[in-house]
Amino acid sequence: MSVLVNKDSKVIVQGFTGSEGSFHAQQMIEYGTNVVGGVTPGKGGSTHLEKPVFNSVEEAVAATGANTSIIFVPPAFAADAIMEAADAGIKVIIAITEGIPVADMMKAKPYIKERGAVLIGPNCPGVITPGEAKVGIMPGFVFKQGRIGIVSKSGTLTYEAADQIAKAGLGVSTAIGIGGDPIIGTSTKEAVQLLMEDPETDAIVMIGEIGGNYEAEAAKWIRENGNKKPVVGFIAGQTAPPGRRMGHAGAIIGGADDTAAAKMRIMGENGIHVVESPAEIGAVMAKVLGVEA
Amino acid sequence: MNIHEYQAKELLKGYGVRIQEGIVADTPEAALEAAKKLNAETGTSWYVIKAQIHAGGRGKGKVKETDSNGVVLAKKLEDVPEKAKNILGGTLVTIQTGAEGKKVNKILVAEDVYYPGASEPKEYYLSILLDRAKGSNVIMASTEGGMDIEEVAEKHPEKIIKEWVDPKIGLQGFQARKVAFKLGLEGNAFKEMVKFITSLYNAYIGSDASQFEINPVLKTSDDKILAVDAKVNLDDNALYRHKDLADLRDLAEEDPLEVEAGKSGLNYVKLDGNVGCMVNGAGLAMATMDMIKLSGGEPANFLDVGGGANATTVEAGFRIILQDPNVKAILINVFGGIVRCDRIANGVVEAYKSIGNIPVPIIVRLQGTNAEEGARIIDESGLKVSSAITLKEAAEKVRAAIS
Repeated sequence: MSVLVNKDSKVIVQGFTGSEGSFHAQQMIEYGTNVVGGVTPGKGGSTHLEKPVFNSVEEAVAATGANTSIIFVPPAFAADAIMEAADAGIKVIIAITEGIPVADMMKAKPYIKERGAVLIGPNCPGVITPGEAKVGIMPGFVFKQGRIGIVSKSGTLTYEAADQIAKAGLGVSTAIGIGGDPIIGTSTKEAVQLLMEDPETDAIVMIGEIGGNYEAEAAKWIRENGNKKPVVGFIAGQTAPPGRRMGHAGAIIGGADDTAAAKMRIMGENGIHVVESPAEIGAVMAKVLGVEA
Repeated sequence: MNIHEYQAKELLKGYGVRIQEGIVADTPEAALEAAKKLNAETGTSWYVIKAQIHAGGRGKGKVKETDSNGVVLAKKLEDVPEKAKNILGGTLVTIQTGAEGKKVNKILVAEDVYYPGASEPKEYYLSILLDRAKGSNVIMASTEGGMDIEEVAEKHPEKIIKEWVDPKIGLQGFQARKVAFKLGLEGNAFKEMVKFITSLYNAYIGSDASQFEINPVLKTSDDKILAVDAKVNLDDNALYRHKDLADLRDLAEEDPLEVEAGKSGLNYVKLDGNVGCMVNGAGLAMATMDMIKLSGGEPANFLDVGGGANATTVEAGFRIILQDPNVKAILINVFGGIVRCDRIANGVVEAYKSIGNIPVPIIVRLQGTNAEEGARIIDESGLKVSSAITLKEAAEKVRAAIS
């Protein structure tokens, strides 16, 4: 079961023949993801990594029945690629690309919503359902199969959490990297909601960072929804100065409400097990679930 | 990316936004020439001299060396050079610069727009920014011009007018009218404000901005609406399609170490602490900073070396961190996923040897693919470097290194 991607996902890679696209497509195929082909405009009809290349997403969908797309297209063309995927009927669009102009995402987001597609990212590591499908750039071996869902704005911090979960004797149902940009397709709340409703997920790790109000919104929703599953939360950037962008385009403190301290307070007030140190994510999850770490 | 007031006003003017006219100068002589020219062009006989730095609060701020304010009024042409001299080359300290202040390299000589006339001049506030939660731009306006908007928002939230713009259709006429009416304007001033808001929004979209703050917007005594100040922030990700705007970047306004790091493709932010860090990934980098703090230290920097950490990037990172004299220890934290830990460890050893003697202890935490092999390479290198595998272990080693 799990959420967003699984062994039945038919995945196409947009930006398939580029260096990033090629490398990660190969890694995904080796992991066992059902990659059915790729799109590079102008290279349709050729074969790459033993998979067919198409000129458009529409052609790829018609020929392969693809329902999921992962995007490695350069930032200047990425919003266009996202909209193309939604227009062709792709239901799960995962955009890895970092550096897409905000104005482009502002148009792409409502466009894909109207077409009933879910967008994960951009500027994210992707989504993995261990043992079934990896549609992203994460190191697959770090994610052990299990029943903990992960929602995170950060890449390497997600790997860190997955590793700690494995060392605590637990595993991951699905890990969703939602991305670190100011405008992203799926909010923390929406991703948490998917995992709350997933019968194969028992508990959730929610990793956020400074900037925006997504974590606060998710925390309030979790409480309103009756704290149905335990959530362990961490916010990166407790030591970040206000007004400075910390790597991610969206990681910037704009006011009193989007600091790490404010978010952690709101999360705590809403029944989330907040960890202060990123080294404690796995241990606290084990403790919350009453298992020996 | 931030730009200066004089650059921001130039940008706005290009889109038909009325501005307080001014001419930029970098010497007292040039300031005098600017004032003369301004007098010929606008008829102004008073001159506002404004320090050009990337920080707010200039009017109340003080130049360390001369005690002049960052914005001063010269009521006579012959006063301009002296007043300009008191600001140019000085160090301006404002509430936003921190105690060290910022060096003033340029001033803007601007016309006086608060001249008396048929009605009282009045100040307003206008800004355009991204509402992240709604995924659209929002226009914020207030009758409390000249004040800090955060303060207005806190004390009088009812005095802040907000108008969200649908990204698919852009700003509509009725929206600009709504804002102008809510500001209590009428007659010609109302019409001027509608035009002002509309052109301002066009400028925002046209330049791929991420924030515009016009504070104050002035209604003059003859009912003109114009921008007296302009704070413009541009979306870094969109600069590739605005070559002319990208050229407005003023490197003198940025931390030299940050500029140097940028050239090596590293994302570095200088902080005030004593433990330097070098990490792959922005989220893990912030988390590492937090962990340093929890271990009893203070992070000296944010440094994201990106996905492909190797000997070259690690060496560049070392060189930048080591230029900060406050650094007492360095923590390298890399989660090797697709990049293998043994390769990163070799990169660290290579970089260390290439630099020679590094005077502070270094803790290298490598986790992920081949983590044990990575730790072995670090431990057997014979260098003043210690290894860690778990984050907890790294935290303890940081604590030991600085205590």
